[in-house]
Amino acid sequence: MNNAIESSGLSKSFGSARAIRNISFSVDESEIFGFIGPDGAGKTTLFRIITTLLLPDEGYVKVLGMDSVTDYKKLRKEIGYMPGRFSLYQDLSVEENLSFYATVFGTTVKENYDLISDIYSHIEPFKKRLAGQLSGGMKQKLALSCALIHKPRLLVLDEPTTGVDAISRAEFWTMLGKLRKHNITILVSTPYMDEAMRCDRVALIQKGEILAVDTPRKIMLGFSRKLFSVKATEKYRLITALRQFPATITAYPFGDSVHATFTGDIVDPGLYDHLKNNGVTHVSVNETEAGIEDRFLELMNKTA
Amino acid sequence: MENQVIKVRNLVKKFGRFVANDNLSFDVYEGEIFGFLGANGAGKTTAIRILSGLSAPTSGEVIVAGFDANKQSEKIKKNIGYMCQKFSLYEDLTVKENITLYGGIYGMSKQLIKERTGELLEKLNFRDYENRLIADLPLGLRQKLAFSVAILHEPKIVFLDEPTGGVDPITRRQFWEMIYETATRGINVFVTTHYMDEAEYCDRISIMSEGRIVALDTPEQLKKQYKAASVEEVFIKIARPVVN
Repeated sequence: MNNAIESSGLSKSFGSARAIRNISFSVDESEIFGFIGPDGAGKTTLFRIITTLLLPDEGYVKVLGMDSVTDYKKLRKEIGYMPGRFSLYQDLSVEENLSFYATVFGTTVKENYDLISDIYSHIEPFKKRLAGQLSGGMKQKLALSCALIHKPRLLVLDEPTTGVDAISRAEFWTMLGKLRKHNITILVSTPYMDEAMRCDRVALIQKGEILAVDTPRKIMLGFSRKLFSVKATEKYRLITALRQFPATITAYPFGDSVHATFTGDIVDPGLYDHLKNNGVTHVSVNETEAGIEDRFLELMNKTA
Repeated sequence: MENQVIKVRNLVKKFGRFVANDNLSFDVYEGEIFGFLGANGAGKTTAIRILSGLSAPTSGEVIVAGFDANKQSEKIKKNIGYMCQKFSLYEDLTVKENITLYGGIYGMSKQLIKERTGELLEKLNFRDYENRLIADLPLGLRQKLAFSVAILHEPKIVFLDEPTGGVDPITRRQFWEMIYETATRGINVFVTTHYMDEAEYCDRISIMSEGRIVALDTPEQLKKQYKAASVEEVFIKIARPVVN
């Protein structure tokens, strides 16, 4: 299989701020590859280098076999880029935005309509509406249609689901899944850990450095300890009491429970008394499978 | 939990023919963490603007911290805290200057501002940062500071509008521990979020869809009622609008 992206030792600083350091990774053709990390991790800088919009200080990245610095003109025709901030012209209508993007890339909406029909059909009834007046979910669909209209071989999506509600996020990932049949490689970033599960492989990124690259499943399996899910009626008291317990290594709230690790990977029988003495009631402790966010927290603590 | 901090009855807000809030009625109590959920465009922001005295209801009764949103919106503003993800602190002012500015806006005395500033910097472990510009602080620290500033004047209620968007998972959890701590001090925390796991941390949640509240209960009860494993499942089942 050919590499759609191959990067080695990429670094970029802005003044004294080091945005990314020594980033090396590769993406296979037709893969959905996710960069998962918080704001300020370096995701946008990396994507701007890959899309030829920024020059790296050190290292290189080959995209679709072309060098991002020397072959930038050829490369730009093959990339569809959806930046994090709104990429649409607010004062153009839905259909005007789409045909504008098609024209810029020397093609027509008609020519590549099959590629976007699944997505665009949702907003086509509103094609005369100005882009600025669309709802968040509709803007997102239009922006994706615009990024796809020139039939790129690589789609780069910078936080397409940030600030979007849980329903629209789920729909968006379903649309990305459908693009697989067109053999488009997709590079996507997100601060939502749960979205990692929708990718073929992910890179966890923090403070400009990659912490891990693998399939989501293998990243989860990388969790180094037994993980326990602790539930009780008094959630805040439970967290503080767990932290005070000598055998506790970590205790983090996760949904309706607290995920905890203990020395020796066992639940010391003294835990129940300790919690009871701290006014925590209806305690249950069960071993649980670590998720991607558990692993991310573990890796963050190691590098902190 | 008998002390109401928010009382809303038949709240309607219209913009022209568009009904943004369609007959909302609910109560929020002292010391409660109340999650205010809904899809984009469901009407959450409109409701929060009314509850914080920034916008008047078209009709209905809205009492916040003991004041009537129809007649006493200025009093409401002084008695609540507000923080949102997009803007809360002035980037070109230092940490200390921001605290002083907000203290002044909330009408606190110089002496009290000085005391609280010291406490706040101590508590957040921020002594090294007090003279730094906000622009130079990492996002996680900014959000924690913004929250602390929003409750500097010890309001009865604090509104947090997507406070944790984009922050790393450790900071996100530390932030929620600050929320818990604030609630145990008797301050009501009224919070919106797109992270459905955070909804599970709330005492009660409401879910809005197309201007109406379609569900309001504890996370446990809602999961039971909709036979769902998580709040996210409940949300996807009931918050879906008919058209986009």
